[in-house]
Amino acid sequence: MEKPQPHIVVQDLTLAYGDSVVQRDLTFTVGRGDIFIIMGGSGCGKSTLLRGMVGLQRPARGRVLYDGVSFWDAEEVVQQRIMRNFGVLYQSGALWSSMTLAENVALPLEEYTGLSAGQISEIVSFKLSLVGLAGFEEYYPSELSGGMKKRAGLARAMALDPEVLFFDEPSAGLDPVSARMMDRLILELRNSLGATIVVVTHELASIFAIGQNSVFLDGATKTMIAGGNPRELLTSSADPRVRNFLTRGEAAAAS
Amino acid sequence: MSVNRPDDKTLRICLAGDWMLGSDIPQAGVITGEIGAGPRIERVTFCTDSLGGWDTGLLTFLVKVLNYCSGDGIVADRNGLPGGVQRLLTLASAPPGMKGARREPARISVLEWFGGAALGFWRGLLEMTEFIGEAAVAFVRFITGRARFRRSDLFVTIQQCGAQALPIVSLISVLVGLILAFIGAIQLRLFGAQIYVASLVGIGMVRALAAIMTGIIMSGRTGASFAAQLGTMQVNEEIDALKTFGISPMEFLVLPRMIALFLMMPLLSLYADLMGVLGGFVIGVTMLDLNFTAYYNKTAESVSINDFLVGIFSAAVFGVLVALSGCMRGMQCGRSASAVGKATTSAVVTGIVSIVVAMAVITVICHVLNI
Repeated sequence: MEKPQPHIVVQDLTLAYGDSVVQRDLTFTVGRGDIFIIMGGSGCGKSTLLRGMVGLQRPARGRVLYDGVSFWDAEEVVQQRIMRNFGVLYQSGALWSSMTLAENVALPLEEYTGLSAGQISEIVSFKLSLVGLAGFEEYYPSELSGGMKKRAGLARAMALDPEVLFFDEPSAGLDPVSARMMDRLILELRNSLGATIVVVTHELASIFAIGQNSVFLDGATKTMIAGGNPRELLTSSADPRVRNFLTRGEAAAAS
Repeated sequence: MSVNRPDDKTLRICLAGDWMLGSDIPQAGVITGEIGAGPRIERVTFCTDSLGGWDTGLLTFLVKVLNYCSGDGIVADRNGLPGGVQRLLTLASAPPGMKGARREPARISVLEWFGGAALGFWRGLLEMTEFIGEAAVAFVRFITGRARFRRSDLFVTIQQCGAQALPIVSLISVLVGLILAFIGAIQLRLFGAQIYVASLVGIGMVRALAAIMTGIIMSGRTGASFAAQLGTMQVNEEIDALKTFGISPMEFLVLPRMIALFLMMPLLSLYADLMGVLGGFVIGVTMLDLNFTAYYNKTAESVSINDFLVGIFSAAVFGVLVALSGCMRGMQCGRSASAVGKATTSAVVTGIVSIVVAMAVITVICHVLNI
C-alpha cells in the first residue's frame, strides 16, 4: 500500500492542566485520508489530546503541524483558517441548545459561505438526511435522544465539508446497532469525501472495524506506548498493556 | 458473636445471626480488645456455621478486623468465611488501578489558606481584566460592524431582560417609593413640612434608588440567568463547539447580552422612576392629605434634569456591570453541575457588589463636579 501524505504531525507534545501533566512526549503522524485512532483506558488523557489538536487547549510543550504549519505558533488569522477545515463531533453532541437542528447545521454555513438562505436550507436537509435525521429540522436538541444528538452533531461537523473530522467517543452511549452505523458512516465519509479522520475511542469493535493507524496512550506512564494499525498491534505487540487492552483483558487472564 | 481461644495462640471468632446494616452489629473494637487482652495471638480463624443473612455491614466489620491483624503481624485464616465474603474481600483489597490515585484529605494551615486566598484573588482580578478587555474588543468590533452574532438572539435577550422584567420592577419600585414616603412623612410631619415628601421621593428615586433597585433586580434575575445559560453551555461543550467553528463566544454570546442590558436598563430605570413616584404619591394623598396638583408640582419643581440624567447614566453603567459579571462567571464556569450553581451565585454577588461600588464612585464624581 502506498504511504499516504502526512496531514497532521504531532511532535513532542506535552499536555498539562496547570502543573499536573496529563500526557507527555507524544509524537505521531496522521496520514491524509487516514482513519486514525487515539485509544487508551478511561482517564488517560485521550480527550485532552484531542483538545490540544483541535485548538481548544494550548499544549504545555511541543507542536501540532497541519500540512507543515505549526498550529500553536501561528497567528490567530492562520489558526482560524486551519480551524475552518475542522469538523469536531463532541462526546455529547454539543448542539447549541437554543437553536433548532436546522439552525445548528446552518450556522457555520451562514458564517463562512455566501450562500443564499434557500441553498443553505437545501444543504442542511441533505446533511441531516445523511445521518438519518431527515425531517427533524425544526426539532430542538432537548427533544432528541442521545444517539440522535450525536448524529445531528455529526451533520453539523460535516456542514462545511471539512478536511479533518475529529470524533470524541463517537460510539459511547450508543446501542450496538447505532454504534455500528456510526462506524459505517465514518468509513463512508473517509471514502467519499477523502477526509482525514481522527477518532478518540476505547470501543474495541470500532477500533478494529475502522482503524488504519493508531496511537495508544497509557495513563500510568503518561505517554504513548504503542502505535500503528490496531489489527497488527493485536498480533504483533509485545507490550502486555497493549495486548491486554486490545483483548479486553483476556491476554492477562490467559497468562 | 462469640470469641474463644481453642489454644493459646489462636483466636476463634464465631459469627451468628443476621449481620445486616441497620441491625445491631458488634464493633470491631471488641475483637481488637480481645486480641490485646490475653497472651500473644498469632492466628485468627472464623466460624460461620450459624451465620444468617449478611451484607456490607459484615464486610466493613471484617475489613477492620483483617486490617488490624495484618498491621499486628497476625495471620488471619479466611477459610472459615462464606465463599462470597472471601471473594468480595479479595476484590476490595486488590491494588488500585492508578498509582497515586489515593488522596489524603488535605490539611491546610491558616497561613497557607491566607496565601492561597490572596493568590486566588489576584488570579481573579487578572481574569476579570482579561474578560473586560475581550468584551471591549468585541464591543469595538460591534461598533465597526464586524461582530458576528445572530440578530434574533439580541432581540430575544432584549425581550427577556426588558419587557418581561416589567412586573417585578413595578412591584419593587412602587414599594420602595411607598416606604420612602412613609418614613419621610413621619419625620417631616413634625415640622409641618409634609409637602417635602414629594421632593424626597422624587429626588431619591430618580437620582439613585430607581437605578440601584433595578440593577439589583436585574442582577438577581438576568445576571443569574446569563451565568446559568453560559455555564451550562460550557458544561455541554457548546462553547467549545463555537470555538472550533472559529466563532468567538465573546461576540456570539456575550455581546448580545451586554447590548441588551445596556439598552434596557435605562428604560427600566425610567419606568422605575415613574413607579416610585407613584408609590410616594399614594402615601402623600392618603396619609398626608396632600392634593394631586400640589404633589405633582412639588415633584416637578424639585427634580432637576441633572438628577434625571445621573439616574439614567447610572442605570446604563449598572446594565453593563450586571451583564459583564453574569457572562464572566458563566464563561469561567467549570465542567460540572455544581460549578454552574457556583457560577450563578458568584454572578449575583459580583453584580450587586459592583453596582454598589459603582454607585459610590458616581456619587463622589457628581459631588466633585457639582452635578
